[in-house]
Amino acid sequence: MVCPYAWDVPGGVRSHVADLAAELRERGHFVDILAPLDDDSALADEVTNGGKPIAVRYNGSVARLNFGLRATRQARRWIQNGNFDLIHVHEPVAPGLSLLCIWVADGPIVATWHSSNPHSRILASVNRLAQTAMEKISGRIAVSEDARRTLVAHVGGDAVLIPNGVRVQAFAHPGFHPAMNNPGHSLLFLGRLDEPRKGLSVLLEAMPAIIAADPHVHLYVAGPGDLEDIQDDMAPEIRDHVTLLGLVTEQEKAQALYSADVYVAPNTGAESFGIVLIEAMAAGTAVLAADLPAFARVLSNGRAGRLFPNEDPQALADAAVALLADPQERQRLVAAGSERVRRFDWGVVVDDVLAVYDSVTASGERVTEDLRGQIMGRFSSGLGQGGR
Amino acid sequence: MNWWLIALAVVVIVLFAWYLSTTAGRLDRLHRRIETSTFALDAQLLRRSSIAIELSVAEVLDPASSELIAETAHDARQSIDGDVLQRIAAESALSEVLMQALDDVDEVNLLREDPLAADLLDELSSSIRRVELCRRFLNDAVLACSAIHEHRLVRWFRLAGHTPVPTTWEMDDRQPQGLGFTES
Repeated sequence: MVCPYAWDVPGGVRSHVADLAAELRERGHFVDILAPLDDDSALADEVTNGGKPIAVRYNGSVARLNFGLRATRQARRWIQNGNFDLIHVHEPVAPGLSLLCIWVADGPIVATWHSSNPHSRILASVNRLAQTAMEKISGRIAVSEDARRTLVAHVGGDAVLIPNGVRVQAFAHPGFHPAMNNPGHSLLFLGRLDEPRKGLSVLLEAMPAIIAADPHVHLYVAGPGDLEDIQDDMAPEIRDHVTLLGLVTEQEKAQALYSADVYVAPNTGAESFGIVLIEAMAAGTAVLAADLPAFARVLSNGRAGRLFPNEDPQALADAAVALLADPQERQRLVAAGSERVRRFDWGVVVDDVLAVYDSVTASGERVTEDLRGQIMGRFSSGLGQGGR
Repeated sequence: MNWWLIALAVVVIVLFAWYLSTTAGRLDRLHRRIETSTFALDAQLLRRSSIAIELSVAEVLDPASSELIAETAHDARQSIDGDVLQRIAAESALSEVLMQALDDVDEVNLLREDPLAADLLDELSSSIRRVELCRRFLNDAVLACSAIHEHRLVRWFRLAGHTPVPTTWEMDDRQPQGLGFTES
């Protein structure tokens, strides 16, 4: 498996690769991960070091990737020594190890598209080598409808949709969050505070109405952002009912979800998947979310969690009050949620991934070095050695 | 000064030859991908029809459905040596019968109480999913390949040799409602 982003830095693609590999290993498959590493010593037994990453501006943010002649040589050596049945690369259009591995390998290749990426159009149409690389992928996976649309529009062809997995077990019974002790009346918000799309302002606008109906209610807000700014912006009458938890670790996030009675997701848009809703359901929390298409899909159109009209504080308040006042309804939602969440458990997701592996390895072919690229390869390895 | 022109011509010719040879390489690779995908799809279709036959003789379904499934599955297996279009029609017919027979979640869940039936249904569902995947991967390769085939230079220089333009495999491969999740 190949992860193009630095393994030392937490991130969506990295944790996807780590979880998928863990699940596959548990089932007795041999998985070797190739990823760039900043610090060679710390994680060397987890992954094969693909070289030092460099911070570059890519797809609207700074990504830590590695590329160039030395990286190409590294990828080539990995393919040569690995004798793999199949390679699975992630984010194949990112200019890093994934793309390079496709370039130097021949045989069964599976690729997973993670994010929408406006740049890949330029890449695919201008760069002939990259286009040739895309043609070598035998099985394409997209983790969300958005990622799939990107792929279809920019690279052509189609992909199968296999959603992100959630380690459901990790969210079940994590223990209570130390700062949250208001059972029966706790609301929770997760996400960047200063990101308008996360919708904290919609929730804060709804708070006075919720407090009026349930004076014991308390809202816990977890996520990075300028805490003082938010504190200052809040109306005095709701300040006593809100606690800012700041940035939380994965463990604390699970605890916060577990301790809350209702998790509120007032996001106003641009959510392609809604993994946090699944985490909330896995932790056994009733979910109240804006009716974005992605959220409605995850919540089975309201059967596994309540939906309210997007950006409507009054509707949010009404729904929250109703849920807080009705423990039985919350229990029903929690039960439906934990049923729903099974679909997104890594166990089930991995079944699908294995089905993809089966379909591209049926002929018994193995991954070998692509000899067609060899003139270029010799050239690059020669240069790489010369440059040392 | 004529040397310059000659040198330029040589460079252009070399670049052009390089372009042609890499294009031929791409075509060759795509044809191989189509071959392996076809092989995989073949294997999965065979697996699907044998599970369908097993299901029909296991006496878990009603006799009418069993009979129809057995017959269409048998037809599908027979069609392997025949024409591709006939084969696609036969396999689609099997999909349709399976879809009719297993269209209700609650009914299928009742069937699942029998462990033998549950095993067979799980296997059937997984093989249908794999057929769907294989077909999609095959069609992906075919579309990429025929895009190159249509290129003017490819036709003028006969880079594809005598290989025919590949065609996509269009069949009905939806999962029966009763067997659970399918992508929309």
